[in-house]
Amino acid sequence: MSRLLEILFGRLPIGWLQLTHSRTRFAAALAGVAFANVLVFVQLGIMNSMATATLRPYSFLNADIMISASDSNALSEGGNVARQWMLQAMAHPDVTAGMGLFLANVNWQRGATTLGLTTFGIDPAQPGFLSPDIAAKIGPLQIQMAGLLDRLSRGLPREEAAGIRPQSPLSFETSGKTLTLYDTFAGGGGFGGDGYMMVSDQTFLALLPARQSAAPDHILLKLRPGADPETVSTELRALVSDKTLRIRSFVQAGKDDLSYQQTRRPTGVIFGFGVIIGVLVGIVIVYQVLSTDVADHMREYATFKAMGYGQGFFLGIVLEEALILGLFGFIPGALVATGLLTLMGKLTTLPLAMTPGMIVIVFVGTLVFSMVSGAIATRRLAGADPADLF
Amino acid sequence: MALDDAPLRTSELNHWFGAGEARKQALFDVSLSIARGSLTVLVGPSGSGKTTLLTLLGCLREVQDGSVVLLGHELHGARPALGVALRRRLGFIFQAHNLHESLTAMQNVLMGLQVKGRVDKATAERAATHALGLLGLSDRMDYLPANLSGGQKQRVAIARALVGNPDVVLADEPTAALDRESGANVVDLLKRLGEARGTTTVMVTHDTRILDLADRVLTLEDGCIVGDQQR
Ligand SMILES: Nc1ncnc2c1ncn2[C@@H]1O[C@H](COP(=O)(O)OP(=O)(O)O)[C@@H](O)[C@H]1O
Ligand SMILES: [Mg+2]
Repeated sequence: MSRLLEILFGRLPIGWLQLTHSRTRFAAALAGVAFANVLVFVQLGIMNSMATATLRPYSFLNADIMISASDSNALSEGGNVARQWMLQAMAHPDVTAGMGLFLANVNWQRGATTLGLTTFGIDPAQPGFLSPDIAAKIGPLQIQMAGLLDRLSRGLPREEAAGIRPQSPLSFETSGKTLTLYDTFAGGGGFGGDGYMMVSDQTFLALLPARQSAAPDHILLKLRPGADPETVSTELRALVSDKTLRIRSFVQAGKDDLSYQQTRRPTGVIFGFGVIIGVLVGIVIVYQVLSTDVADHMREYATFKAMGYGQGFFLGIVLEEALILGLFGFIPGALVATGLLTLMGKLTTLPLAMTPGMIVIVFVGTLVFSMVSGAIATRRLAGADPADLF
Repeated sequence: MALDDAPLRTSELNHWFGAGEARKQALFDVSLSIARGSLTVLVGPSGSGKTTLLTLLGCLREVQDGSVVLLGHELHGARPALGVALRRRLGFIFQAHNLHESLTAMQNVLMGLQVKGRVDKATAERAATHALGLLGLSDRMDYLPANLSGGQKQRVAIARALVGNPDVVLADEPTAALDRESGANVVDLLKRLGEARGTTTVMVTHDTRILDLADRVLTLEDGCIVGDQQR
């Protein structure tokens, strides 16, 4: 290593030799940087999985515009929208179809455990509003009290999910009613529920007698090919009489939901804050290690100054040390974080995983922030006065 | 030897420490010229200004009043960059060895060469090996300072000062940490360098044995040169 650095710098790798001179101190410094990396990775992983989980239900649907109540910040939050606004919106020449979307949580009591299923009530006569793979399976939903189950639901044995087929349906009781599952689709547990379920709007209303056919949770619209959802949304805001409604393109609705989860929901804010704390911990650790190291070598630096070494040389040493700490702290940090995220993903069935994007961002960030701390630590170099040596 | 050829010259050099009430003059009108290749010894009681003079000669301190001409360059009012460049042509030997604890003897000596820019590694190591050999450290080249005796460390520091063929060597009590024999060897080595390469040495010492080997002995007292003895 020392040889390699010597060739790289064209000088003795003093930073490396200095850092590794005390093994235990070096190990402690690396552990500190690795710890900061793990913190950042885990928080980023959770934020990433939050994004995946938030946007997942949107991927089940296929719409251009979504009309929601004024207080609807997320798909499963907020009041209802009267169906009459759908009829008004459909008067717009570019709107070709509309569907009411119902949403509720349905519990499936399975012995000791309860599966909380986020349940979508959709119109089985309009498969165009569903993603192609789900649309292909909604035939059985025409039957009353039929459902499609998320086969990746948390707490559902995979073999059991695999057994649910149109020819071998599975029934369960909920709120005193019997629901029969005819097929499955791929979803996954999120922060709000253990999995998803698709039923027809009729079944939905039968399951939840308090809900009314005239008041779905959201209204989805499809546009004529080539029409711009943003433009039409703007025009619809003028057209629809209820000015409190949120009329947005479907894509925008997903984005708003995500930014709401990440910046206004306490969990999202906490994880975002965690990333900042991780970065700060890293900066403080690297600064502490390097400034102590500079302080411990004042006499040596003063001697080098007397010998004719310039400011650039000392900056080089400290930045070399910063890079070494960043690089060698990152590697174990990334390894531990990968293991930790995988384990957490297994335990929670949240989509937690190390992604190449995270690796690149955290790697570059670690090097940059290490250099910043190193640069701050070099301020102490000014204290090395060669005149004091004699 | 022409006076202009002198690598070190001072004229009416004054120096003060502190400010206000505490301001205290450490050097008074010091004027001297030191010949190339000579070994000059500075003597005088403690506090007489020997170290102050040495740091001024070696561009380690800013010249406040008067003139110091080092290797043809006026130091009074000089840019810091000139000081850095000139120091690369000097060899400093401090009372304490000031070796870098995480570098081996060889690596410490190499630092004395590397300051002059990129040197071919093999050439540099040959020069460092030679310098360490001259100081009797051939078998200690890969030792860290922690594994060397006090005298060995001081000799490594001397090798570091000499490896780059300095024009001027400035030494402050360099033999204090050495035993009688190696002390004499070091002074002998500096004398031979003076004859062979024209290396000029100015050395502060209390060691009376060295006085006999010096070309010139300057005596300082209370910041003034009170004796100048050519030998
Ligand atoms: N950094 C300093 N700050 C204040 N006074 C100093 C400093 N260095 C030296 N002096 C004073 O200058 C005078 C000369 O000191 P010095 O050159 O170290 O003498 P010597 O080396 O002959 O013992 C002394 O009175 C000393 O107290
Ligand atoms: Mg002194």
